[in-house]
Amino acid sequence: MNYSDAQISAIKDLIFRMADDQLILGHRNSEWTGLGPILEEDIAFSSMAQDKLGHAQALYQILHRMGEADPDSLAFGRKEDKMRCCHFVEYPIGEYSFSLMRHFLFDESESLRFDMLGNSSFEDLSNTARKFRGELKYHTMHAETWIKQLSNGNDESRIRMQNALNICYPLALGLFEPCESDEMLIESGVFPGEKALQEKWSGKINMILSKTDLKIPDVNDIKIGYGGRKGIHTEYLKPLLDEMTEVYNIDPHAEW
Amino acid sequence: MYGGGYIFEESKNTESGTEDSVKLKNFEDRIAAGEKIEPADWMPAEYRKQLIRMIEQHAHSEIIGALPEGTWITRAPGFRRKLALMAKVQDEVGHAQLLYSAAETLGKPREDMINDLITGKSKYSNVFNYPAVTWADTAVIAWLIDAGAIINQVANSKGSYGPYCRALERICVEESFHLKYGHDNVVFLATGTPKQREMVQEALNRWWPPIMHFFGPSDKISVHTETLMRWKVKMASNDDMRQKFLDMYVPKIWELKLTIPDPKLKKNEETGKWDYTEPDWDEFKRVINGDGPCNKERLAVRRRAEEKGEWVRKALMRPDERYTVPLS
Repeated sequence: MNYSDAQISAIKDLIFRMADDQLILGHRNSEWTGLGPILEEDIAFSSMAQDKLGHAQALYQILHRMGEADPDSLAFGRKEDKMRCCHFVEYPIGEYSFSLMRHFLFDESESLRFDMLGNSSFEDLSNTARKFRGELKYHTMHAETWIKQLSNGNDESRIRMQNALNICYPLALGLFEPCESDEMLIESGVFPGEKALQEKWSGKINMILSKTDLKIPDVNDIKIGYGGRKGIHTEYLKPLLDEMTEVYNIDPHAEW
Repeated sequence: MYGGGYIFEESKNTESGTEDSVKLKNFEDRIAAGEKIEPADWMPAEYRKQLIRMIEQHAHSEIIGALPEGTWITRAPGFRRKLALMAKVQDEVGHAQLLYSAAETLGKPREDMINDLITGKSKYSNVFNYPAVTWADTAVIAWLIDAGAIINQVANSKGSYGPYCRALERICVEESFHLKYGHDNVVFLATGTPKQREMVQEALNRWWPPIMHFFGPSDKISVHTETLMRWKVKMASNDDMRQKFLDMYVPKIWELKLTIPDPKLKKNEETGKWDYTEPDWDEFKRVINGDGPCNKERLAVRRRAEEKGEWVRKALMRPDERYTVPLS
């Protein structure tokens, strides 16, 4: 299929958003390595963080094939105002309840997103999305198991998980921040759009949480974490990028 | 990863005068014939005690060892290194899991072992009480500390206790990838820009003394362990393992035109062994007893992780579940 220049730039915008989310959340989740609440969970979180970084790399690779710089330069060479990740992924790992709730809300959306993209008219993206789905099945299985266990565990764990949901939910809605490129992506059959994805996601999250004692906070009362898709970020992104690029920037042209 | 060579407690009843002589003879005959001892088999109390101590120290070394390298995951330069380092450190945590399970078969629950670690009652490999100052330190650790670990673990995997041997066989396969990753990393730095070369040389200078300490005190000063060798708990002498390491890796380090910070290091033509400056065993003892550059930090981080995760572990408990010793 042939795309116009405007369509190509809409596709690139979509891929940057997704790749940056994967990179930053993969980086955040890797911070649990060696510090998880039990060894088995430490290992699982690290494994899923590696998958996220692998997804980021594969998505940057598509951009590279579309004429952008190589994956390392894209991930390690952009300043925060060029990043398109949402606020949700930028927050520090916090308590395990926060990281686990973020993992649940994010990975459910990711799984649905790549399901939809499996049918994308943009072949490079649909092929890649179909590859991701095999891994994401295990991520959502992991997230759902833990959400149910901890939400139904004891009073302390239920209260902690409810607090985490109260903080995470408004931020998670920032995943679906409306973007100018959406309409063009829908028209060209590349992606059904953030609004359609959000509807599916809400249904899935409601269905899973209905099996627990957790209550979704009232959306009318909350401020949604928008801005990331336009390059406006939280105070947490710059220090993260500074740390991530500390060695790389000793000499960006050297081979490490 | 692992380390520490063998540091055993002096024991008054290693000859086990109190053990049933028929059972003891049968046990020793089985070991001499190359059989493995399994969890439900009879074993002398001293064998059980020393094995728990050794496997537990090994497991602790894996989770504490995840910390100096783990702090560099967020700074690793580029996808290739970042992904590889994450996978490597994840492996180390996985080794801890395997080893705690092996030690549990001898009757000590994982919780008790971790508790002994964070209260300072139980030791871990001394090398992890040193800091990984730059990215190049992680390269040197992944190459040379893991190389040392392989020498030690390959020897131990031929020991007499079945569950430990089987865990080690799996661990060694993964460690061999770590070594390749570490070597590749060091090669890139040593053949890279002047700055990269300087980083790796400085890291080698910092890590050489801990590497020489890695295999444990010299045979001249370490505790006598004839019984433990007969029982195939201890499988090689500390000095022999150190010699083997020097044989295998000094030429590879020199090949990269790096300088090893020991002017006395050379192969003695007459003895066929390496001469080297005797490592500072007073420092070794000082560090293992808590006074190294990172001891307090390492235990504090581990303690904080345990405390932060306590509510999760509690929420998973079921009142009707009872602790059972895993079989193998």
